[in-house]
Amino acid sequence: MSTPLLEVKDLEVAFRTQDGLVQAVRGVSFSLERGSSLAIVGESGSGKSTTAHAIINLLPGTGFISGGQILLDGQDLTKANEHEMESIRGRKIGFVPQDPMSNLNPVWSIGFQVEEAIRANGIATGRKAVKKRAIEVLKEAGLHDADRRLKQFPHQFSGGMRQRVLIGMGLAANPQLLIADEPTSALDVTVQRVILDHLESLTRELGTTLLFITHDLGLAAERAEQLLVMYKGQVVEAGPSVEILQNPQHPYTQRLVAAAPSLASRRIQASGSIAAAETAMSSGAATAAGDTIDLIATAEARAEALEAAAAQPPAIVVENLTKVYKIRGAGDFTAVDDVSFQIAKGTTTALVGESGSGKSTVAKMLLKLEDATSGKIVVGGNDLSSVSSQEMFALRSRMQPVFQDPYGSLNPLRNIGNTIAEPMSTHKVGTKASRRERVFELLDQVSLPRTLVSRYPNELSGGQRQRIAIARALALKPEIVILDEAVSALDVLVQAQILRLLADLQAELNLTYLFITHDLAVVRVIADNVCVMQRGRVVEAATTDEVFDNPKEQYTRDLLAAIPGANIPLGA
Amino acid sequence: MPDIDTTTSKPQPGHYVAPLEETPLDAIDTIKAEGKPSNLWIDAWADLRRRPMFWISAAMILIIVFVALFPGLFTSEPPNSNCQLANSNGAPTDGHPLGFTRQGCDVWSRIVHGAATSLSVGIIVTILVFTLGVLFGAFAGFYGGWVDGLLSRIGDIFFAIPYILAAVVIMSVLADYRNVWVISLAIGLFAWPVTARVLRSEILRVKQSDYVTAATAIGVPRFKIMWAHVVPNSIAPVIVITTIALAGAIVAEATLSFLGVGLPSTFMSWGNDIAQAQTTLRTAPQVLLYPSIALSLTVFSFIMMGEVIRDALDPKARAQR
Repeated sequence: MSTPLLEVKDLEVAFRTQDGLVQAVRGVSFSLERGSSLAIVGESGSGKSTTAHAIINLLPGTGFISGGQILLDGQDLTKANEHEMESIRGRKIGFVPQDPMSNLNPVWSIGFQVEEAIRANGIATGRKAVKKRAIEVLKEAGLHDADRRLKQFPHQFSGGMRQRVLIGMGLAANPQLLIADEPTSALDVTVQRVILDHLESLTRELGTTLLFITHDLGLAAERAEQLLVMYKGQVVEAGPSVEILQNPQHPYTQRLVAAAPSLASRRIQASGSIAAAETAMSSGAATAAGDTIDLIATAEARAEALEAAAAQPPAIVVENLTKVYKIRGAGDFTAVDDVSFQIAKGTTTALVGESGSGKSTVAKMLLKLEDATSGKIVVGGNDLSSVSSQEMFALRSRMQPVFQDPYGSLNPLRNIGNTIAEPMSTHKVGTKASRRERVFELLDQVSLPRTLVSRYPNELSGGQRQRIAIARALALKPEIVILDEAVSALDVLVQAQILRLLADLQAELNLTYLFITHDLAVVRVIADNVCVMQRGRVVEAATTDEVFDNPKEQYTRDLLAAIPGANIPLGA
Repeated sequence: MPDIDTTTSKPQPGHYVAPLEETPLDAIDTIKAEGKPSNLWIDAWADLRRRPMFWISAAMILIIVFVALFPGLFTSEPPNSNCQLANSNGAPTDGHPLGFTRQGCDVWSRIVHGAATSLSVGIIVTILVFTLGVLFGAFAGFYGGWVDGLLSRIGDIFFAIPYILAAVVIMSVLADYRNVWVISLAIGLFAWPVTARVLRSEILRVKQSDYVTAATAIGVPRFKIMWAHVVPNSIAPVIVITTIALAGAIVAEATLSFLGVGLPSTFMSWGNDIAQAQTTLRTAPQVLLYPSIALSLTVFSFIMMGEVIRDALDPKARAQR
């Protein structure tokens, strides 16, 4: 083979901070052959995005390359000046940014922005030629009706369509290398799949070399030939994708493979034997020690609770629930349409759907943060539509939520102790001393040190905050916990830890969970029953095994097929 | 790892594995809570303590407060009663370091005794503006709907009238009752809408937070959510503009007194002194200069204080330095 297109040698990137220099990337080396694809995988803070930004010299103000070489076609980009870099960006290296919502300027039409990219890269000159190319670009990106689309503005495009535009802009100048930084993380899985399929066929056609940045091991392995696993700014493992997934050598990669929900659920289907489950359980014990995490154990632990639940009356009954929003100038919008389901005590029901499916609205109505337009919600024998405010106050202590955003769900000015104690002081439970005891007990239950009581949320990581939110939800010993995307914002290892904790708490306290998520892979390891929602309706409701093994609806099958990495066979 | 046997499956060629010694693994999600607890206010205070600007403005404000509280410690000369026309616009002499006014009063003594007036007006106006602004802003922002409509429109009415103009009118009407309280009320009554607007917009942002929803789901009453969760998290920008508003109130008092609709000449006020000195600006500029300097330094120290607090309360600005 000839010289590689891109060669990164001992790359070091540092950031200037108040506390001095922080090394974000330490000695990263890799090379990329023409026409091949590589994915850099890592958790937040691993330096994967920083590496990508260093290649096109788009590091934020305080960051700089402190060592090493980046050779593109033999030219060292670390020595290129700003002028040279400008001619490389776009023309030689295309870039697809992470967030399609904020990367298009809302005040300019799509056409203006695509044409701007074309002109900046000198692909075409003259108004007509530029416009012609812009239409081609959008057509290549898979947008039909490109003529009309050019005149539209970003807010008239869905997230997936915006990302198509950004991909089109990235490829407009037919660059040799395309860097895609988490290109689909903000999108629904089915959209993600279509976009990535399209990106794949497009780059194959054009012979573009592809550098993927992602946190999702399954997606990386599915979409790239080579993998580079990063941890704390270093490369811990690199090689062919399937080889790394089937035969991870570094303990960090092993952790990642074990914790990835999409991969774990595949394994459970593959092995399924009692012996394997038992091994899994024993390795699950190591989880508590913070060593490794294995989601098989989580799923197995769930199975036991299920049997006991069937006989008792259901904890939650939802019947013909409907929520209609009046939208100014646009008539009515039915967010939740005739939804019915039941949740047995001590079990977990997952409400799965993509954005806009109405799943969170159901949660809000259950918590009585929104009133239902019609239909019935019965919680522990109480019909929510007819309870008095006193009864509702009492009911709130039996039903507690945990929200998605770990950074938003805790009051930053309240210390942890007061935050966890708030439900108890609100409901006037116990004395100050007994509440303090209970706070300690709860901290123990969520495996956090008692010394945290006098500290504030900003000192904690996302996973730790989510533990605090869980502790607060458990303070009044509720029967029902509503988990609204409670693990969606967490890194995969932390996510696995929290899922494990939730399963343990359920077994210990006989909790009933309503688990709202967009991530079917997570459902597999935590839920007993699944309701799949689409545009406000429940399209399929069954046990988790049934939904996964024998999905009846096409939509469910699409969702399942879109789980990244699900069809990669794990060896051994 | 149950189903990955690392002993038998050797890595294939092209499969790089970093040596474990060079890439040690941390426990997942380790807790890094060492040292003192920290939140926005604790961090802001730690940041303030490192800023020389903060200490300079704090020292200046303390000196002004001290002068206002104990004028007798700084001058033995009475500001009003021992004026002799023989000394009119006189140069400094022994015991009279800054010379005399047109009426023959001691300039230094008048400045020292004027501090209390400026400061009391500043503080009373600030308390008034803060209270009204927080009440209106908090209820309008948090409850929204018709409450917001009503309160915001009331604010708009007061906002539409420039507060100096309003104060001129009020002070003219109440010409017989001019004192520190009346002038503070006249200024404060029309200055609060800005504070209310700032707090309202901040509350609109904060009330969307999940912790507010969480508190609702716990069963915390709405009124309590507002005071315990929403207002404390929205108050930082209000503190900043209030500090700056204090300086503005001092200027407003001086302006009104200068225009002759502020405090009567029996009160020691820098604005009065500046007004009286302007007639002799050409022959004795120093008489106008000294109270002006006193006014500028006082206003400057409060504005500087407001600026450093603003920087300290903004974590982004902090990170960039």
